[in-house]
Amino acid sequence: MNSITEPIGKRETFRLWSIVVIVTLLWVFLYNAIQPLSEWISYEALGLARTSHAGEAVAFFFYDVPKIMLLISGMIFVITVLRTFFSAERARRLLSGKRSGVGNVLASALGIVTPFCSCSAVPLFIGFVEAGIPLGVTFSFLVAAPVINEVALALLYGMFGWKVAVLYVTSGMTISIVTGLFIGRLGVERWVEDFVWKMQVRGAEDQSANLTWDERFGRGREAVKEIVEKVWLYVLIGIGIGAGIHGYVPTDAMAAYMGKDAAWWSVPLVVLVALPLYSNAAGMAPILLALVEKGAALGTALAFMMAVVGVSLPETILLRRVLKPQLIAIFIGVVTVAIIITGYLFNLIL
Amino acid sequence: MKDIKVLGSGCSKCVATAKLIEDIAQTKGVDIQVEKVTDLTQILGYGVMSTPGVVIDGTVVHAGNVPARNKVEAWFAK
Repeated sequence: MNSITEPIGKRETFRLWSIVVIVTLLWVFLYNAIQPLSEWISYEALGLARTSHAGEAVAFFFYDVPKIMLLISGMIFVITVLRTFFSAERARRLLSGKRSGVGNVLASALGIVTPFCSCSAVPLFIGFVEAGIPLGVTFSFLVAAPVINEVALALLYGMFGWKVAVLYVTSGMTISIVTGLFIGRLGVERWVEDFVWKMQVRGAEDQSANLTWDERFGRGREAVKEIVEKVWLYVLIGIGIGAGIHGYVPTDAMAAYMGKDAAWWSVPLVVLVALPLYSNAAGMAPILLALVEKGAALGTALAFMMAVVGVSLPETILLRRVLKPQLIAIFIGVVTVAIIITGYLFNLIL
Repeated sequence: MKDIKVLGSGCSKCVATAKLIEDIAQTKGVDIQVEKVTDLTQILGYGVMSTPGVVIDGTVVHAGNVPARNKVEAWFAK
């Protein structure tokens, strides 16, 4: 490795942490200023009546856009910095030699914290299998990463509070662990493309070691910029639709279709509708919030969101290179069933 | 001349990595040859699981994301 790490002076370190503290304080201040500001804009500056449809919709929009953008930025920064301590190579080393069970739980947790781009799914799969990591454990890792999406997590926390955020992570992990255990039990090694078993992977270097704080924070900043650039439009559109529903659709309009007492088939139906959609969590969440306000059950809504963000067509197509069609079908089927069950479970306990 | 290989399945990050390396080498006046490696067997042969990866004269120097600018500059420092 030829990275050149110069010793950073005390002064530099002080400067770096000062910036972090100042930015954090600024973030907290802005976050607390949003509500009074949004009300001022809608009711004072624009002169809309507090009880009117338009007034409610506009206030919702001006409140949610900055709030959600701040939450997404903060969350992505924290998670990206945290992720610089992990890497696919490290996950592979930690997981090799683990049996199913413990291995699945660990894989699921590592799937959340390991920086992972869906375009790396195939080399990662081969690398894991080659290291002797059981197929089921590998699947737990592959499922956890997309199902538990950091943008979705930030949005859920911001809109529904920490309980729902925790529930989301817990259920995402459960889905990935169960999927992995199930696929491991099936013994479907024969449905992995043959060339995978013949691959040789040279000992890989761990990229997460030897980074300076400067580099870690730098990565965080870059990730915020990159993701915000990518999702801001979806957020605006999502919140726009959400604001419309919030202001104009009568309360409990959704109760009949997506509510707690809706027909039993409402959960599987919304999941099946969601599967082929692969949308940004960022655009999805504001719509969800509005639907839940209008009487949709939270479990049904969450199942919908996990099906949208968790099962992505592009990733599935990539995986086809290493998995035979039978295993692809099993993979999608098991994840789908797991999401549906989670939806029912939420509706029961919430 | 440095022989540089950018490992990756052709995703946007891999393209960005190759471009960054070419740009910096050009400003620094370093003579390089950049090759994009998309073949899985070869990528894994270097022990890289998370793409994009960068190989200089046969040694893996980076993997997992688009390298930081100052990191790339350090490769061409000598």
